[in-house]
Amino acid sequence: MLFYSYFKTLVGKEVTVELKNDLAIAGTLHSVDQYLNIKLYNIRVINEQLYPHMKSVRNCFIRGSVVRYLQLPPNSVDVELLHDATRREARGS
Amino acid sequence: MGSVEGLADLVDSAITVITCDGRIIVGILRGLDQMTNLILAECQERVFSSKAGVELVPLSGLHVIRGDNIAVVGEIDEDKENEMDVTLIRAPPLRPVTH
Repeated sequence: MLFYSYFKTLVGKEVTVELKNDLAIAGTLHSVDQYLNIKLYNIRVINEQLYPHMKSVRNCFIRGSVVRYLQLPPNSVDVELLHDATRREARGS
Repeated sequence: MGSVEGLADLVDSAITVITCDGRIIVGILRGLDQMTNLILAECQERVFSSKAGVELVPLSGLHVIRGDNIAVVGEIDEDKENEMDVTLIRAPPLRPVTH
């Protein structure tokens, strides 16, 4: 639940999602749900020459189960805060 | 405001689905549930190849795609769709999802 809450704080930010089929999609994070499904607006596929498959798509929904990495803008991550929160979650308090 | 609810407002609009085995299916979204199982009408598969342009394969009937097999659901932007001819695009097919 921690990362669900955390990702919700990133709504509106520019993120890049790398999928398990090696496709990487950058866009504005519009929403996240409990399964960590992601909705991106105004997307741009990284290396569009090789991946023109989504050329006619502006907004997309990515199933949480196929996400490999989420690249976040460095200035919107408070590593210390996140670190503490994950430790607190691990302790279960 | 979950994303699945976000997909609900795409009902009756044209979408493109990328499946876990790397296929690309375009159709009209008729329904969905929480597991992202989708009901698609007027489907067409777009087969990409680096040797020839995109081949459009019509799929008859109504299709239900199980949520497990769905990677991405894209909203088709009419303007972007109209200004290009997909059959001219050459690209290798997408790789399947490996978990």
